[in-house]
Amino acid sequence: MSGPKTDLDTMTNLNTMADRSLPAGAKAALLCVAALAALQFGDGLWHAALAQNPFGGPRAAPEPQAGGVIGWLLAKQSEFYRALSSTIRAARHDGSAVWTLLGLSFAYGIFHAAGPGHGKAVISSYLVANEETARRGIVLSFASALAQALVAVLIVGIGAWLLNVTARTMCGTERIIEIASYGLIAAFGARLAWVKGRGFARALQAGRNQPAADLVPAMAVAASEPVAAHTHQHGHLHATTAHAGHAAHGHAHHRHDHGPHDHAHGHAHHPAHAHEHHHHHAHGDDCCAHGPDPQQLAGPGGWARGLGAVLTVGIRPCSGAILVLVFALAQGLFWAGVAATFVMGIGTAITVAAIAVLAVSAKGVARRLAGGRDGGGALALRGLEFAAAILVLVLGVGLLSGYVAAERVTCF
Amino acid sequence: MPRILLWAVALLTLLGIDRAAAHPHVWVKSASELVYAADGTITGVRHTWTFDDMFSAYAVQGIETRTKGVYTREELAPLAQTNVDSLKEFAFFTFAKADGRKQKFLEPIDYHLDYKDAALVLHFTLPFKTPFKARQLQLEIFDPSYFVDFQLQQKDPITLVGAPAACMTAIERPTDGTAAAQKIGEANFLDGSNTNFGAMFANKITVTCP
Repeated sequence: MSGPKTDLDTMTNLNTMADRSLPAGAKAALLCVAALAALQFGDGLWHAALAQNPFGGPRAAPEPQAGGVIGWLLAKQSEFYRALSSTIRAARHDGSAVWTLLGLSFAYGIFHAAGPGHGKAVISSYLVANEETARRGIVLSFASALAQALVAVLIVGIGAWLLNVTARTMCGTERIIEIASYGLIAAFGARLAWVKGRGFARALQAGRNQPAADLVPAMAVAASEPVAAHTHQHGHLHATTAHAGHAAHGHAHHRHDHGPHDHAHGHAHHPAHAHEHHHHHAHGDDCCAHGPDPQQLAGPGGWARGLGAVLTVGIRPCSGAILVLVFALAQGLFWAGVAATFVMGIGTAITVAAIAVLAVSAKGVARRLAGGRDGGGALALRGLEFAAAILVLVLGVGLLSGYVAAERVTCF
Repeated sequence: MPRILLWAVALLTLLGIDRAAAHPHVWVKSASELVYAADGTITGVRHTWTFDDMFSAYAVQGIETRTKGVYTREELAPLAQTNVDSLKEFAFFTFAKADGRKQKFLEPIDYHLDYKDAALVLHFTLPFKTPFKARQLQLEIFDPSYFVDFQLQQKDPITLVGAPAACMTAIERPTDGTAAAQKIGEANFLDGSNTNFGAMFANKITVTCP
């Protein structure tokens, strides 16, 4: 951690330090999370098993599953949501109620995002599947949440306010958008899975060829096809494509790219540190000669890479926002509804970002642990990325097929 | 390595939340009548569902009316049609068991919407496919995906129409959706069978006729 920090990525740095020490307290916290996870997972499986309910209910996939923290969150968001309508009513006569409305919307947004369908899974998986920084995770979360708010405002603004279409028409539009969004998630997941799958396969192969993947063979791997890989990256701006090279090369990639620099600083032989240097080097001039360096990605044009994730998540508006907007419109307070929707979006973004940061940190820990080992660790990392990609794909297909019911658009 | 596992599990949890926890956007207060024929068979269920004001405002959006803010039954007729058509997909959120045997419903009849106090009220009758006699009838009203939060009306959530005098009704309701859901977890983990699956929603009406 003594490398030169010409350009600090504070977020990554903080993460790094936190992961590094991992004091007893953190360990205990982790254990708690894990216990909770196990419970939830078991619970989830149990519920999946129960999907065939004796009443043959329709689409019986997810029931109101809501023990513990999540249950509490959802109960709270229901409370806030129900308070919204009376506050909007009150705002007709009492201007100060608008402040209450904004406060409620913010709280609703935060708690609401604990429920399904706000892009937590897609964004987090995307971040894990790729080499992304926590900071990018936060930006992606905000971008997608605000996009969701914007779409909701556009649907209601154009549909209900300008054209005065019926709820049925609006709902039809939402449904189409919903299907498109699910299709996008599936496509996005398929693409990620394809790219990451290849990376994983190559890591597997590399592991087989060089069981003890230490520095020298790693260099060899990197050297064997760097030209091809780099050309490839230049050819496509798309995030996942760029990562293909990255994933395929794994650690070797870093060393190859930054070999000279690392040598100059004398850090080349700390595999665990390699990635950190990666972040902190700012090679302004060779920006475009390299593959995906998180630092560089944050630069101009780099954000386009996350656009896929933002679009995938962002085009589908939240049903709650649509309802609030139409209700506000009916009360003659459309602007209040718009304000509430955007504040709600900020609240949602905070929750999604928190989860995204957790996901990135988790991967950071995994990487550090893997870095301390031989080829097996790298393999596990590629496997993790692949799994995250598959998760997006499965989620998309599940949503499309109706097996996983998110916050469904109901037109009745 | 165990630490990697821990993190992996923690991550899965966070993502799992996405899948598992639904939450309602529509609230319905439900009152129902159980309709008996002269021979003592049960022929159907007549529902009166009152929607929350937010959803009501959404549903009447864009409907042309003669008087602004006043929606007549005729003006709401197309919406009522849409309602019953769509509800079919969700089995009308109504589940009946007679002496433990599941009963099927026919298409709804006598349906219409009223608009009262800024709330839509949907009336519809669900005839049983085969009218039956039962010592014990269990009627449950809930949305398995919990997009709609059903609550039994405080006063008289169930009325028996033309039933034998000795019939008794019992009602089990959750204080709110969450309470019901918490019940689920515990009950299912404990007894490990799904015989009492419906109980988790606890919008349960039991009619016993000796």
